[in-house]
Amino acid sequence: MATLDLIGVSKSFGATQVCRGIDLSVKDGEMVCLIGASGSGKSTLLRCINLLEPIDEGQILLDGEDISRPDLDPQGVRRRIGIVFQSFNLFPHMTAAENVMLGPRRVYRRSRADLLPDITVLFERFGLADRMYHYPDQLSGGQQQRVAIVRALAMRPEIMLFDEITSALDPELVGEVLDVLRQLRAEGMTMVLATHEMSFAREAADRVAFLHDGRVLEEGPPAQLFETPRHERTRAFLSRLARA
Amino acid sequence: MALLENGGAVPAGPLTKADRDAYARRLRNRSLAVAGGSTAAVLIAIVVLVPLAPGWEAVRRSFFSGEVFVETFPTLLRAFMLDVAIFLWCAPAIAVVGLAIALCRDVRNPALYPLRLFGALYTDIFRGIPVILVVYLVGFGIPGLGLPRPWNSPYIWGSLALILTYSAYVAEIFRSGIESVHQSQRNAALSLGLSDRDTMRYVVLPQAIRRVVPANMNMLIALQKDVALLSFIGPVEIFRQAGVYKSLLANFTPYVVAACIFLAITIPATRYADYLMARQARERS
Ligand SMILES: Nc1ncnc2c1ncn2[C@@H]1O[C@H](COP(=O)(O)OP(=O)(O)OP(=O)(O)O)[C@@H](O)[C@H]1O
Ligand SMILES: [Mg+2]
Repeated sequence: MATLDLIGVSKSFGATQVCRGIDLSVKDGEMVCLIGASGSGKSTLLRCINLLEPIDEGQILLDGEDISRPDLDPQGVRRRIGIVFQSFNLFPHMTAAENVMLGPRRVYRRSRADLLPDITVLFERFGLADRMYHYPDQLSGGQQQRVAIVRALAMRPEIMLFDEITSALDPELVGEVLDVLRQLRAEGMTMVLATHEMSFAREAADRVAFLHDGRVLEEGPPAQLFETPRHERTRAFLSRLARA
Repeated sequence: MALLENGGAVPAGPLTKADRDAYARRLRNRSLAVAGGSTAAVLIAIVVLVPLAPGWEAVRRSFFSGEVFVETFPTLLRAFMLDVAIFLWCAPAIAVVGLAIALCRDVRNPALYPLRLFGALYTDIFRGIPVILVVYLVGFGIPGLGLPRPWNSPYIWGSLALILTYSAYVAEIFRSGIESVHQSQRNAALSLGLSDRDTMRYVVLPQAIRRVVPANMNMLIALQKDVALLSFIGPVEIFRQAGVYKSLLANFTPYVVAACIFLAITIPATRYADYLMARQARERS
């Protein structure tokens, strides 16, 4: 497991500056939730941490090592950081088991036979044992998202990023995916979540960070941030959600 | 409210399933009758009217002679096997070269920039020249270098001409397939720590190739027909053989025979390609 420190991270797309100096620390085994209005840069930030987008300025420290240096091999970094997307992004031409084995097969050069016991355990742990040999289009949204989580976990990442992983799900399927997150938290996985599920953030997060205007405007334990937000903007955001 | 009259009357009051089924059946029978009737009318018109044309008798004798048909059919069919053979060795080569060219155009490594340039030039050049010209230039040009047997064979160089031209088109088809795979699939693969190469090989290409199967089927059908162009540089395949018969018998029926033989292959293949295309459209919606 690992720590993650963002120091003054800036990122723009052309003229739109999405991150204007983001500071955020995630301790070993911590679950941190990013909240903020649509377009506030939550997804962009997660993609930057995973090096899917290069940052303009600042540092991203994984266990104290700056992974944002452009002279670093991104493959070596990405295998240490798992990410799960809102839209699952499973590979449609492979069974769930093949989806999960592809990374370890190619990156760690392990054979299917060697991997099978390990991934079977993973599938069982998340209630997917009878879905291993199904194709993504034969799975419900909730099952697909859990397979996507298993796929990321199979790389044995030190930290996991989740980008609104329940937003594309029917309401009755959200619970099963959130259960997976609770399970991971109990196992001590370091996690960063972008989420609109405020009740989940309140219940499960160690800390919540409110993104506004390209910065972390306010952060703190969920009880404090949700009950007594210090900032006017945070209060406005939360009450807008409460009304919705 | 206005009533539809196409399917006849239905009983008043609440309808049973049998009533509704009967109505649907009447509607269907009516459509069948109308379609059958109009088709029959057109056919009858053709059969009755065309023979009334003043030159019909002459055309019938020189294009539709049953005797010549029966006489030339076996040889033409055998000559067609040569077309099939040429097709069979060209098609895999085209798939391989086409895919290689498509991948050349996608390389990001600056050291391999020449490959990119080559890919772009290749597709521009060979899509820009008529097939028959490539067949002439390669088919006459290269053996003209005075190569020893068997390297002066028109089969080799004619096939090469087809491979060069068709792989340019097929490369573009593969490339459009590669581009149609959503960026999020690449990202998902990269985020696992896969290299660009593995991402292409295990995630992008398998999806891309599947998507372009119907388009490539259409290329295969076109290729099967264009094999006949090799007749201009020597091989006695079906088109050339038909020409030989035409001169021999002073009759055009052999060409009609050749056309029928082509159609026997291309119509089912075209239908199959359409079916694949329709199935894919359904799957994606
Ligand atoms: N590839 C891109 N090119 C240009 N602009 C982009 C790109 N990706 C994101 N943006 C812009 O960056 C801003 C932040 O987007 P982002 O998706 O990170 O927000 P978000 O907080 O995740 O929103 P949501 O809650 O709707 O998911 C938006 O204004 C978006 O238009
Ligand atoms: Mg987002």
